[in-house]
Amino acid sequence: MKPQPASVRIAAGQGFWGDWLEAPYRQVTGGPIDYLMMDYLAEVTMSILQKQKSRDPSLGYAKDFIPLMERILPIAAQRGIKITANAGGVNPPACAQAVAETARRLRLGGKVRIGVVTGDDLLGRLDGLLARGHELRNLDTGRPLSEVRDRVVSANAYLGAWPVVEALRGGADIVVTGRVTDTGLTLAPMIHTFGWRPDAWDLLAAGTVAGHTIECGAQCSGGNCLVDWDGIPDLANVGYPIVEAAADGTFEITKHPGTGGRISVAGVKEQLVYEMGNPAEYITPDGIADFTTIQLEQRGKDRVRVSGVRGRPATDKLKVSIGYFYGYKAVGTLVYAWPDAYRKAQAADRILRQRLANLGLKFEAVLTEFVGADATHGPLARAGAPLDQLPEVQLRIGVRSPDKAAVERFTREIAPLILNGPPSVTGFAGGRPKPEEIVAYWPALIYKRMVEPCVEVVQV
Amino acid sequence: MRKKATRRARRVRLLDIAHARSGDKGDTANVGLIALKPEYYPILVKHVTAARVARHFKGMISGPVERFELPNLHALNFLLHGALDGGGTISLKTDAQGKVFSTALLRLELEPPK
Repeated sequence: MKPQPASVRIAAGQGFWGDWLEAPYRQVTGGPIDYLMMDYLAEVTMSILQKQKSRDPSLGYAKDFIPLMERILPIAAQRGIKITANAGGVNPPACAQAVAETARRLRLGGKVRIGVVTGDDLLGRLDGLLARGHELRNLDTGRPLSEVRDRVVSANAYLGAWPVVEALRGGADIVVTGRVTDTGLTLAPMIHTFGWRPDAWDLLAAGTVAGHTIECGAQCSGGNCLVDWDGIPDLANVGYPIVEAAADGTFEITKHPGTGGRISVAGVKEQLVYEMGNPAEYITPDGIADFTTIQLEQRGKDRVRVSGVRGRPATDKLKVSIGYFYGYKAVGTLVYAWPDAYRKAQAADRILRQRLANLGLKFEAVLTEFVGADATHGPLARAGAPLDQLPEVQLRIGVRSPDKAAVERFTREIAPLILNGPPSVTGFAGGRPKPEEIVAYWPALIYKRMVEPCVEVVQV
Repeated sequence: MRKKATRRARRVRLLDIAHARSGDKGDTANVGLIALKPEYYPILVKHVTAARVARHFKGMISGPVERFELPNLHALNFLLHGALDGGGTISLKTDAQGKVFSTALLRLELEPPK
């Protein structure tokens, strides 16, 4: 039996699909790590990918993942760095195949094993589930899914760490998954390294907190940090976070030497409360983490120790992320200059709304914001600002409707204001806004026994 | 006039004693409010109640405000329901994901002690 390692180093490479392309490369080259973890999937990403797959069955995954693998696979293979990523989207097998082709092209044939985690995609099973009495009620509104069933475009259960662990145990060097939780991608290497048991709730909770801390990439290493924001060094070369975990569930957050940014207790706290609900019960498929038990300690420059995390048993349900077609929206903008910038923008808004009404157009919502005055802090900002002296204001109007024609017509009512509305207006170089399809998010729960994760490990 | 100025000076703005980060879950924005020093945490607990925050955001949110305590992090977590015009992809707001509710909360001024 191999001796158990004393620690494992898991590095965050992507906090979302579209995050900094340099980060994963810098993580595998900037110093020693054991795992590279990359989170690609936001709530609405799955429906975008499902749409791509319906047009071409070989698509439906994060395509950026492939050129990234081309760049870092040789280094990862040479250094023995394993990769966990939910880049598979709604088509993990196709993603894995594209990675395999890349690996072969790089002459890594025989040297790389790819794990594929599927089973999260419930789209094809929805009618069966509904027929058997699984109502998939909206967690926020309580409405049953049957009300929007004919408009559903994607449905994915959130799988946890265990299928990823199974792939790692099967010898996978790269694990490509569909809708696995962000935290599961970090927890899995810890479970695999230390042999944690499925009922070791405190340890699983600790690994989940580790995952939450680094799942948004640099947001815990100096990015988007409010405390001393202009004193945080060299964000141009910001180091993405690395978890150094021990078998007892304690871990330290750090980053590679020589990188920018900062790992501080204040910054880690900000990330811990990010997108937080009830902190005493952070529910994942793997267990419940109690964030009110977390202890933080600055252990040196750019090094924060996390300990004390307590957990509770997992529930018998999984969250399901469902995307459904909702309607259309469009947003148009114009910029008004001093003097009276704010009043001109307000006048333009009134004129535009009157024209929309005269046309008899019906919208579910029309929202006006005055960027430079109130777009971020609303009435709180207006209360204290010298609004009559603003040097410029961007008028930003959005509409939403089930009627595409109404939204389309709205997009043609912006530009005329340049010549037939209030003066000193500009900023229309981008052209007419485009009506956008809205795919809305429908969160629901399903019993775990209804979902069967599937794990495959293939040799390249 | 002068009396008013002294009274204003005694007011404490949350920006001076706390930092924050906010995000979204559907149509709900969350704001984590963190004391800049441990000794400020009891002030937050006492004065920054769910009702006070609901009053602060009046006209900006359509639902209730919930508050949770994290004494270990010297932090409070607020859930602002109905804050995001439907949230996510539905929302027409610039801040559809509630990213800047954090600093909007830091504008709050605590009542001076009587």
